[in-house]
Amino acid sequence: MKVASTETGFDVETIRKDFPILSRKVNGYPLVYFDNAATSQTPQQVIDAIVDYYSRYNANIHRGVHSLSQEATDAYEQARMKIQKHFNAAKSYEIIFTAGTTNSINLVASGFSALIKEGEEIIVSALEHHSNIVPWQMLCEKTGAVLKVIPMNDNGTLNMNEFQNLLSEKTKLVFVNHVSNALGTVNPVKEIIEKAHAIGAAVLLDGAQAAPHIKADVQELDVDFYTVSAHKMCGPTGVGILYGKEEWLKKLPPYQGGGEMIATVTFEKTTYADLPHKFEAGTPNICGGIAFGAALDYMNGIGFEKIAAYEHELLEYASEKLLEIEGLRIYGTSEEKTAVISFNIGDLHPYDIGTIIDKLGIAVRTGHHCAQPVMDYYKIPGTVRASFAFYNTKEEIHTFIEAVKRAKNMLS
Amino acid sequence: MSNIKEIQNEIVDEFEMFDDWMQRYEHMIELGKSLPLIEEKYKVEDNLIKGCQSKVWVHAELAGDKLVFTADSDAIITKGIIAILIRAYSNQHPKDIIDADTAFIDEIGLKEHLSPTRANGLVSMIKQLKMYAVAYQTQLN
Repeated sequence: MKVASTETGFDVETIRKDFPILSRKVNGYPLVYFDNAATSQTPQQVIDAIVDYYSRYNANIHRGVHSLSQEATDAYEQARMKIQKHFNAAKSYEIIFTAGTTNSINLVASGFSALIKEGEEIIVSALEHHSNIVPWQMLCEKTGAVLKVIPMNDNGTLNMNEFQNLLSEKTKLVFVNHVSNALGTVNPVKEIIEKAHAIGAAVLLDGAQAAPHIKADVQELDVDFYTVSAHKMCGPTGVGILYGKEEWLKKLPPYQGGGEMIATVTFEKTTYADLPHKFEAGTPNICGGIAFGAALDYMNGIGFEKIAAYEHELLEYASEKLLEIEGLRIYGTSEEKTAVISFNIGDLHPYDIGTIIDKLGIAVRTGHHCAQPVMDYYKIPGTVRASFAFYNTKEEIHTFIEAVKRAKNMLS
Repeated sequence: MSNIKEIQNEIVDEFEMFDDWMQRYEHMIELGKSLPLIEEKYKVEDNLIKGCQSKVWVHAELAGDKLVFTADSDAIITKGIIAILIRAYSNQHPKDIIDADTAFIDEIGLKEHLSPTRANGLVSMIKQLKMYAVAYQTQLN
């Protein structure tokens, strides 16, 4: 079947040619990849950047006097500047390279254990990924600080009245995801930041799910910390960033000790390097950082507004078609959401649906999406989650819907 | 009473009748639906084998010198494979259960479900069956 490709005039067919993986078959069927919220696919341009690095200028950075080391250092620092520009950070040294969002969050949580006292409070949201809950629980265990949770509403949005009630002079840090990974809800982060700042609390936003769809401006948001993973936005796995306002990054103690992060070392005293190196101990993922820069170039070449408009078109189309299936319920129905659909059909187990449609070449995520509190709220073991990217098509959605119907028939 | 190997061969023969994965899965789903369920009182935390996604409960008890398993899962495909495993391993002597292999799962085209990285609890379930067998074997000696 052919479905009119795009209403927004998005040239998806040309874009798809950039992604070699999209032409492969899985279990004898053309791959339909709808697990983009877990990991996005990689365009040839990014693959080329990786190959180029290892083929031409693989070397350790920042210390070598030789030409290769200089080339690698330049490319790595250029990538940092691309990321700075993309998120509109004021200074390039406010961009810290990390192993990804989880690592970035742990860096902040670890640092805050030196800044927070017993009885003081950290607020997180009920929509969080486990990686956003556990580091704060560990911090609270260590310091005696108290964790407070912003409850969620039925439609998967945050209860902002309750948030207001939780804020007090005890609040030191507010932590929410910009976009929920399980439901796709876009949280009202501007309002959260304003309210938190009004009582003097810092705000850390997990941008892992937002960054592939929304170009965040950290200065306009006035956010204190922002985290991103490259693999969610056409880059490689194992690399990401922490954005932090200079004043905050100066306040936080170093996270890990090692090379790169020191200025001078004697057995009596070590002085730490300046930002960003203070937080970048050891040899970093040099190639990963450079490839992350290439991924941002690639996505900016298409344009985030165009990407968001087209993905919204996919979301609307898929939601409408899915809801035609009897007994299907979509979880997370906020007005503001990214191209993520979490659903169940009757009492069918998401694992069963995912297993059957995988046999038909379709990749979705099933389970609790590392957000058990969200699943507990709905009293379900998990959901099937289809998440779209700008290289997906309505034809693929059609194939997916037919596969879901087939699974439903087999399992009922 | 057939031994484990005979039952495994029987299951392999049965699955050979099917031409494609769809039919195999449909058969497995049917088997899952017909699984003699574990008694509600045994569906407790202690008997729960935690896979990442589907829950699996197993209960074992001795009948004479044979070990009898009952089990359940909240996912029907997982339940189907449990039904197959139970058919092969239940009502057998503990020593035979300890010695038995799971190669027949591969032969019936369900190998992917027993991959240690698959998040369905089945690998842990087999380990659990064997651990019960080891425990009861000691009791019998």
